[in-house]
Amino acid sequence: MIDGALGGPGTQEYLLEAREMQAMSFAVHIPLVCFGIAFPAMVVFLEGLWLRTGDPLYKALAKRWSKAMLILFAIGVVTGTILSFEMGLLWPEFMATFGDVFGLAFGIEGFSFFMEAIFIAIYVYGWDRLPPRVHIAVGFPVILAGFAGSLNVIAVNGWMNQPTGFSIRNGEVVDVEPITALFNSNLWHELTHMYLAGFMVAGFMVASVYGYAWLRGRRDRRHLTGLVVALSFAALVAPVQLLVGDWSARTVAERQPIKLAALEGLKETEKGAPFEVGGGIEIPKALSLLAFHDPDATVRGLDTVPEEDQPPTGIVKLSFRAMVAIGTGLAALGVWFVWMWWRRGRLPRTLWFHRALVAAGPLSVVALIAGWVTTEVGRQPWVVYEVMRTEDAVTGASGIPVGFAALGLVYVALAAIAYVMLRRLARKPFEVEA
Amino acid sequence: MLADLAMAVTLVGVTAYVVLGGADFGAGFWDLTAGGAKRGAPVRAMIKRAMAPVWEANHVWLIFVLVMLWTAFPEAFGALTSTLAIPLFLAALGIVLRGGAFALKGEAGTIAEARALGATFALSSVLVPFFLGTSAGAIAAGEVPLGNAAGDAWGSWTGTLPIFVGLLAVVTGAHLAAVFLGADSQRAGQPELVHAFRRRALGSGVVAGALAIAGLVVVNSEAPDLYDGLTSGAGLACVIGSAAAGLATLALEWRERFEVARYSAAAAVAAIVAGWAFAQEPYLLPPDVTVQEAAASDAVLTALLIAAGLGMALLVPALVWLFRLALSGRLAYEEEPRP
Ligand code: HDD
Ligand code: HEM
Ligand code: HEM
Repeated sequence: MIDGALGGPGTQEYLLEAREMQAMSFAVHIPLVCFGIAFPAMVVFLEGLWLRTGDPLYKALAKRWSKAMLILFAIGVVTGTILSFEMGLLWPEFMATFGDVFGLAFGIEGFSFFMEAIFIAIYVYGWDRLPPRVHIAVGFPVILAGFAGSLNVIAVNGWMNQPTGFSIRNGEVVDVEPITALFNSNLWHELTHMYLAGFMVAGFMVASVYGYAWLRGRRDRRHLTGLVVALSFAALVAPVQLLVGDWSARTVAERQPIKLAALEGLKETEKGAPFEVGGGIEIPKALSLLAFHDPDATVRGLDTVPEEDQPPTGIVKLSFRAMVAIGTGLAALGVWFVWMWWRRGRLPRTLWFHRALVAAGPLSVVALIAGWVTTEVGRQPWVVYEVMRTEDAVTGASGIPVGFAALGLVYVALAAIAYVMLRRLARKPFEVEA
Repeated sequence: MLADLAMAVTLVGVTAYVVLGGADFGAGFWDLTAGGAKRGAPVRAMIKRAMAPVWEANHVWLIFVLVMLWTAFPEAFGALTSTLAIPLFLAALGIVLRGGAFALKGEAGTIAEARALGATFALSSVLVPFFLGTSAGAIAAGEVPLGNAAGDAWGSWTGTLPIFVGLLAVVTGAHLAAVFLGADSQRAGQPELVHAFRRRALGSGVVAGALAIAGLVVVNSEAPDLYDGLTSGAGLACVIGSAAAGLATLALEWRERFEVARYSAAAAVAAIVAGWAFAQEPYLLPPDVTVQEAAASDAVLTALLIAAGLGMALLVPALVWLFRLALSGRLAYEEEPRP
């Protein structure tokens, strides 16, 4: 364990508010960046269809989507900036003590942000001004930068959950190996899970909008194309996400047993532990099977660490269940669509399919946030797992509640305006070139 | 050695942000003062056209600086962000409002909406450089001690020197913007706008120059050590260089040679940043913490500098391409038809 390099926060009355402010800022940023991850690929796919078929509808749709992409990107940029400031404003002890250990990842991330910002601008403002092949080529660095940006920021989060690449001597961080820290063992499942989540959220959200339009009677070719393209991305990813989620759970079981116990609300160590589906219904031995792929494996309980080292279980357990339930449902929806499209070449005709689609977008966002709550709250009370406590990381400055309230108001305003403007974009006359 | 190199790379980022980001903020200042909806329309349209493709890339320089600081100088970063929490938070809020308003301005449907968004954009464009400037001023004034919120939460950045630096940041941004927009108007072949920006460039240039001179007086009384640094050796060379570049810029503006003035105006600002760095040397947080003491270990600095080198090799050609496309009008903003 280590205290902060700046000598500690003294007493910070508003630790909880600081955590909530951090959580709120993430909850705003992360859904937006899903569009930075996946929207470029969807738009480039449409542009590719246009180049291959010459059908102007694809181009018009790609142009329209790229406008929305730019708006969401801009909001992603400013909310990400808030996060960067908050690292220092809320957690200066954490940054002062470990900024050098994980900073390399953020350094590389900075450059991928540059690339994304540069090429997205050229892409969106370059329609009809660059030769078509150059234009579509510009889309690829945007896709790549979205991946690189995710990789690096997740490397930091993976490191916080599985800190490596340094030692502690006499309360000081020494022998820093930035490369080891960057490629920590939590990186790979978190990156894969988050990257796929990006495709699910962006795909289902866009499909939701078109599903709503379908219910309102707009069922022309433009709406159908938008729906099918967006939904295809999400539907193909959704079943894979179950496997990746299983990988995540097994990694957590192995490396963060107390977090696993919190996911399950398992108070005491058990051999052949059951899985509680909810409402007191239990599947015998299922937890041992899920977490270790062995029905008789022993699962550690919360009581194996002192109470002050236990994460809050209620919310973690609830979030985990929400994520798993939604993930399963969305995978089923995806399989339904893929099957119908593949075998019959059309969408399911029932109203329920479209109603489910409308719900799928918001639900995927809920799963996303629930997943992050699982990871982050499940890590508590540590900011750096088993090394530094969150209460030792916080700022000594006063006024956190004021900042929290101000930022909350700004975000509400931003969300309202963004919603109105995107609605307006959707209502603009849709021009397909002759 | 490595520490100085990391500081130098950080300062390259600071300079790029002050020039490129500063000009974007300055554009907001001219948006604010452009006059009524009708009279100000051409100025606002030019601002939008010039800024839209590049502001996000310009903004990343700020992120770059933050990341360099917290990786290469983590304890100084923690000290800075905890003591200067108020101005930094206000700047961050301003960035959100400004970016959001700018991105969404294009979709405004009614005059009233466009006005509200425009006002938000313009007002926050003035506040952000002011608060970032006061934060820099607080460092220069020696108001940021090492420790978790160890400095004065209000007093540290509300002294004469910090406030002064805040004002200087607003005015130099406005001046840079006027010059850049003048050049853009010339390229777009809009002589009335060139005229309009010439007036603004000359006016803000004179104010910026006067402020800079007054600044030396303020520094002399508020931070004598810094004053010594600015009036001797490399610091002095930078001050003279900045003054020369500033005067050259005014002459170029007078003759409407905006394309060249872009570079001289940028050089004048870059020289101020460099001069500050030299004058403060070897301190990062005067009066006690040196760059050397604040630096992370050599292993970290080496990895960071290699990453930054590789990153720059990718970044520079991409940025050059973006600016060439933007400046040649090939990314010109086009309004979609109104419903
Ligand atoms: C659309 C979003 C989505 C969906 C459908 C799922 N997840 Fe998830 N999950 C996330 C989005 C997410 C995430 C992106 O929010 C997290 C947070 C951290 C991470 O690596 O991914 C996450 C974390 C996360 C963790 C914690 C990992 C850690 O702390 O290292 C576990 C154990 C799971 N998930 C398991 C699952 C299972 C078993 C799922 C399937 C039924 C599932 N997730 C579906
Ligand atoms: C870089 C990668 C990081 C990611 C992706 C990440 C993600 C998240 C998410 C999504 C949440 C919860 C959102 C919610 O509750 O709605 C959260 C909560 C939180 N995060 Fe992180 N985080 C990261 C880094 C950090 C850092 C640097 C800190 C600060 C030291 C931090 C501290 C916290 C805290 C204290 C909470 C609130 C937990 C609680 O309410 O109990 N996280 N994070
Ligand atoms: C789950 C975690 C995260 C993911 C996957 C993620 C991904 C992304 C992506 C793809 C972008 C591009 C902008 C967009 O698409 O809207 C972005 C922007 C940004 N993010 Fe995040 N991010 C995460 C968390 C964080 C954290 C923890 C920080 C800071 C501490 C951060 C800081 C930023 C910044 C500063 C930007 C703006 C970059 C620019 O100016 O272009 N993000 N993020």
